[in-house]
Amino acid sequence: MHVTLEVWRQPGPDTAGRFVTYPVDDVSPDMSFLELFDVLNEQLIKAGDEPIAFDHDCREGICGSCSMMINGRAHGPERGTATCQLHMRKFSDGAHITVEPWRAAAFPVIKDLCVDRAAFDRIIEAGGYITAPTGGARDANEILVPKSAADAAMDAAACIGCGACVAACPNGAAQLFTSAKIQHLNLLPQGQPERWERVINMVDEMERWFGSCTNHGECEAACPKDISLDFIALMNRDYVKAQFKQRRLAGQRR
Amino acid sequence: MTRLDETLSTEDQREDADAADRLLRSTGPPVPPTKRAVPFPLQFWRSGIGKKWAMAVSGIVLLGYVFAHMVGNLKVFLGRHQINTYGAWLRTLGEPAFPRTVVLWGLRTAVIAAFFIHIVAAYQLTRMNRRARPVRYQSKRDYVAANYASRTMRWTGVIIGLFVIFHLMDLTWGTANPHFVRGDPYDNLFYSFDQVPVAVAYIVANIALGIHIFHGAWSMFQSLGWNNPRYNRWRRWFASAFAGVIIVGNVSMPLLITTGAVTR
Ligand code: FES
Repeated sequence: MHVTLEVWRQPGPDTAGRFVTYPVDDVSPDMSFLELFDVLNEQLIKAGDEPIAFDHDCREGICGSCSMMINGRAHGPERGTATCQLHMRKFSDGAHITVEPWRAAAFPVIKDLCVDRAAFDRIIEAGGYITAPTGGARDANEILVPKSAADAAMDAAACIGCGACVAACPNGAAQLFTSAKIQHLNLLPQGQPERWERVINMVDEMERWFGSCTNHGECEAACPKDISLDFIALMNRDYVKAQFKQRRLAGQRR
Repeated sequence: MTRLDETLSTEDQREDADAADRLLRSTGPPVPPTKRAVPFPLQFWRSGIGKKWAMAVSGIVLLGYVFAHMVGNLKVFLGRHQINTYGAWLRTLGEPAFPRTVVLWGLRTAVIAAFFIHIVAAYQLTRMNRRARPVRYQSKRDYVAANYASRTMRWTGVIIGLFVIFHLMDLTWGTANPHFVRGDPYDNLFYSFDQVPVAVAYIVANIALGIHIFHGAWSMFQSLGWNNPRYNRWRRWFASAFAGVIIVGNVSMPLLITTGAVTR
């Protein structure tokens, strides 16, 4: 296979970037999209050029590092997969492929295709945890969890935090990420003590960095883990409830 | 440039680590300031989700209004007496418990407030979204899920807003309608729609309204968090049906009158 790549090159955070065209020959259809970049980078290094910086780690769709806007779609044309799981057989021979980094105010470009996704860490820090009980480990199955709740929580917990939802959203909103991170705890008994605080703190932190949801559904379509928009609705419900509940600190006059 | 096949000395590695550290610290998004806590209703309104909630609730009020308005006006097809009696009844609504037009003004106030909230929230959310992506994508986006309706909400909204002003000038205040007679909606409507450009404006605006409703009437369930697998698929149906009814109902009046299919 032969493909022509048009890749966003940007030497550093404060320098201007531009698209650079690279023809790549002898592409195996069984290569992953990241392997295509490995091959290209080897060629660049041999030629004495600067290789293209891109994020990757597990290369099996579980770490959420890889992040490329491929032909205008986050993680490329295939649904429910990360860039590392996208194979060249999904492209036709001679394809022209444009690759760009995620774009959002909260995701500044570090170099080439690498963006800084630390804003997601700020959201998790605001409430994406449970207060761990100290002492001996509890017996398994001591806390009963309905099967349906466990399933839904597991679906939400599949989020790998790659940022494709933000990248794909026309508003640069992080609702799908935040709602998944809230709901995988809020749906379980272990998450109940901090439920209302969690949703307020995480949503407020999210809104410091990201846009708001207009229900386009682009995030769901881009998500490599197929996380459902339903979680956004659940988050909205919990947020409104929490705002009202905060008023009910009965008996606490100051 | 370090070659991949060379082994790195500890010195080199330390230098690389330092460089990476410097790079990391020099990057990162500009940290937005934290805001001071404010009392409950304001706190809620200040959040994007709160504004979306307000947009959904005001949207429901406006949907109710649009529907009632359409049903009332369709009486034009039943003849002069029917619609003019209906118009008069609106003013006497609530009598004798309430003085004349008091209930009407109560309803109007609710609609005006909903309109105002809807627009202010939309404006502020748009600002927030623009801030979230100051640098646009430099290559062409390929949208998968976003549809025409969802992507044109701002523009259909603006069209509806401008149309409402014209509509009020045309058939409520009469400032844009030289033949306007207060209290005679039947003749006013015919005078208005007999002019083709006016009828076209009504048709275009009502199609925009239908498109706006198609996304809004679905979207509001999400914003309010009314999500349940049991009825989720009906939300689309509801939105499509509502939009369809409004377009057909509201477009039928200017269309049938201006083409002469319905005459006085
Ligand atoms: S590299 Fe880990 S998800 Fe793609």
